[in-house]
Amino acid sequence: MTIHDKTIHDTTLSRRSILKAGAGLVIGAYIVRGGKAFAQAPAAPAYNIAPNTFVIIKPDNTVTVLCKGIEFGQGQWTGMATLVAEELDADWSQMRAEHAPSNPVLYKNLAFGVQGTGGSSAVANSFVQMRQVGAAAREVLVAAAAATWQVPAGEITVENGVIRHASGKEGRFGEFADKAMQLPVPSDPKLKDPVTFKLIGKEGVVKRLDSADKTNGKAIYTLDINEPDMLTVVIARSPKFGGTVKSFDATAAKAIAGVVDVKQVPTGIAVYAKGFWPAKTGRDALKVVWDDSKAETRGSAQLLNEFRALSKTPGKVVKNEGDFEGSMARGGRVVEVEYVFPYLAHAAMEPLNGYIRWDGDTAYARYGCQFPTPDHAMIAKTLGLPMEKVKLDVILAGGSFGRRAQQSTHAAIELAEVAKAMGPGKPIKLVWTREDDMRGGYYRPYSIHRMRGTVRDGKIEAWSDTIVGQSIMKGSAFEAMTFKDGLDSTSYEGSNEIPYDVANFRMDMHQVEVGVPVLWWRSVGHTHTGYAVEAFVDELLEAAGKDPVDGRLELMGKKPRHAGVLKAVAELADWKNYKVPEGRARGVAVVESFNTFVAQVVELSMTDDGPKVHKVWCAVDCGVAVNPDIIRSQMEGGIGFGLGHILYAEQKLDAGVPVAGNFDLYRSLRINEMPEIEVVIVKSTEKPSGVGEPGVPPLGPAVANAMAKLGVGRPRQLPIVPGASA
Amino acid sequence: MAAFALKINGQTHKVDVDPDTPLLWAIRDGAGLTGTKYGCGVAQCGACTVYLDGQTVRSCSLPVSAVGTSEVTTIEGLDSKEAKAVQTAWVALDVPQCGYCQSGQVMSATALLTLNPSPNDRDIDLAMNGNICRCATYVRIRAAIHGAAKTLEG
Repeated sequence: MTIHDKTIHDTTLSRRSILKAGAGLVIGAYIVRGGKAFAQAPAAPAYNIAPNTFVIIKPDNTVTVLCKGIEFGQGQWTGMATLVAEELDADWSQMRAEHAPSNPVLYKNLAFGVQGTGGSSAVANSFVQMRQVGAAAREVLVAAAAATWQVPAGEITVENGVIRHASGKEGRFGEFADKAMQLPVPSDPKLKDPVTFKLIGKEGVVKRLDSADKTNGKAIYTLDINEPDMLTVVIARSPKFGGTVKSFDATAAKAIAGVVDVKQVPTGIAVYAKGFWPAKTGRDALKVVWDDSKAETRGSAQLLNEFRALSKTPGKVVKNEGDFEGSMARGGRVVEVEYVFPYLAHAAMEPLNGYIRWDGDTAYARYGCQFPTPDHAMIAKTLGLPMEKVKLDVILAGGSFGRRAQQSTHAAIELAEVAKAMGPGKPIKLVWTREDDMRGGYYRPYSIHRMRGTVRDGKIEAWSDTIVGQSIMKGSAFEAMTFKDGLDSTSYEGSNEIPYDVANFRMDMHQVEVGVPVLWWRSVGHTHTGYAVEAFVDELLEAAGKDPVDGRLELMGKKPRHAGVLKAVAELADWKNYKVPEGRARGVAVVESFNTFVAQVVELSMTDDGPKVHKVWCAVDCGVAVNPDIIRSQMEGGIGFGLGHILYAEQKLDAGVPVAGNFDLYRSLRINEMPEIEVVIVKSTEKPSGVGEPGVPPLGPAVANAMAKLGVGRPRQLPIVPGASA
Repeated sequence: MAAFALKINGQTHKVDVDPDTPLLWAIRDGAGLTGTKYGCGVAQCGACTVYLDGQTVRSCSLPVSAVGTSEVTTIEGLDSKEAKAVQTAWVALDVPQCGYCQSGQVMSATALLTLNPSPNDRDIDLAMNGNICRCATYVRIRAAIHGAAKTLEG
């Protein structure tokens, strides 16, 4: 996503803007008196009530970091706390994390300018900011201790959460919290020299802050919100995208015990009930006649034919270097392939949902919100309230993979509409069933890449890639940021700037309209461009008689970090000398996404149920590694997520209706299909970049390339195991 | 609607629901215990795994009327030595990512170790392949089960 390419540069000079952010109140840390945690504070405050609040230090010495972004598995609670704790010289055992509430000024993502999580930007956009918060808190605590002890601040040291003076005086943070609150917070706190880091990048000293509660059932997600008067809502939405309600009969639904009311809302018919089950059975009992006159009615086969025909014609040129057609005309070994990528659902474990309470004058919403600022604004607008009359709290979400970050804010608007239709006074929990979530659209776009190239004298001389696909950003607030010359750059990112030196290069695109809503999906454009580029280069190198690793390295002269991870994974996997067991083969791929570089080697064999991946070796360069174990876990998870989809997942359309509604037809990777994984983190002093998404893209092409080595060919149409999901 | 007296984690919870209501929703909306999750509603994902008289069941697909006097155990009621070993290993290896499926994973892993204190990889595959983790924490789930088994050996 190009909007994130700017991240790193922006953060380096953002310090001044951070410290100015809260309308002149230059406070990086907020120290709570009397144990009153601001995180749990007021019921319906204006959103700017507590400027510059990132850290809460309580009398019990716990240090709670308020996290700007959402924790949905990627580990940013732990990451943010690590950055603060490092500069604060806190002991890890005293660290805690919570979500910051929605506040578009204070808690904006410095990469976006609004509050939100995405593009693997959490650590990248916070690396300096959160360290400054920790350093400022440390300085103010030291000043408080110095004043208490009547000693110069310069003689005080802080280590593992203990403040000490040579005279033997010592105390912990909580003892100085009250006094520290009276003191000015330094505007330009001194940051540590990275060589003195004790937590950042260190093995074994930082553990995730959310593991225990996620192991004993105590972690609270939106689905777990429960209040005595609360109504649970399930909505009947049009089976086809773009369909609307023509008429409905709620008689049978209203006869179900527990159903309280039925209302029409802009997205369909909402059933309000005491609990999920009556709401769901009530919804299923509705008789709705849909108006499909404006609905998308094409099926997958028709889309394939249309996309395929278009891919054989030149699209709008994104990049053109050298003379592609001229080079092709000179002959050689010509390779032309087509790759077809299906619609994919995100299918996070927790389907979409939300909680809202509206009393007519104010509203309070609480859910696993990935983009608070736009959601907050649209909830307010829908309810006819100024934004400061709406409070929005973010809580843990059961995964997202992109689904909870909606540039259209469709789910937030629907949540507010459901409250509005019922009238003020009732707390409401809106729940999407698994089927609602999976058939509800906002998929990874369907697309085709038509690749052409030629090899002469063992060299790749020409390369072209014609993409046919749907824009993710068109019509959204992000259009201006992501569109270049009328094309959505997130549809082709990774295809226009390949890491290989090819003299004659062309990349063009047909941006097509389909009435299926689409969305970013864990690694966005790289989900398909990574496959197209890495499977194709492997095929060309094979035609050139080159080794997949050496051949790539020869062409990567201008790409040291790509080459770095490729060499690292080749060493980890012992690419040269390893004896591949009989019946198995290995393949490799390397993809950069969101400024992070990942190379993977896959070893697989073929079974009746498609490829069986036995092992994946992975090398990652994400700049300075903040939490090595979280980086490894994101690579492991990215590999498993990538593998499950490349093997099995597809959302087909039957006359416009999504076919798969649940995991029976949308097959998910299971434990018996999970490979062994070995990860190496390449040492780097580059600025930190994200790891939530970049583990995904190389996996698919590495599988394809291993399949080719095994003699079964690189899959041209995904998923690899056809029929698994329809 | 009908009244059911459910024995959950050693306590009786009275819930007034339709007899066809899946046990999952009686536990969550009726008894107010939210550790057991809804993921699919069709016994595909295992997020709703609980014990019925010690046996794992998918509570999303078991009508509350079929529970009778059986003892229901949810994640909140886990207290066996196997459960402790599993939960300790889960935290030691930082298994969870989003965490939403993990109650079900812990229930299935504990059930496995209760029946088979030293499972091999194949045993783990068979016992755990009904529990989907969309974050794909499977490498660590496997390692944590082996780790817990080691702890139980003493």
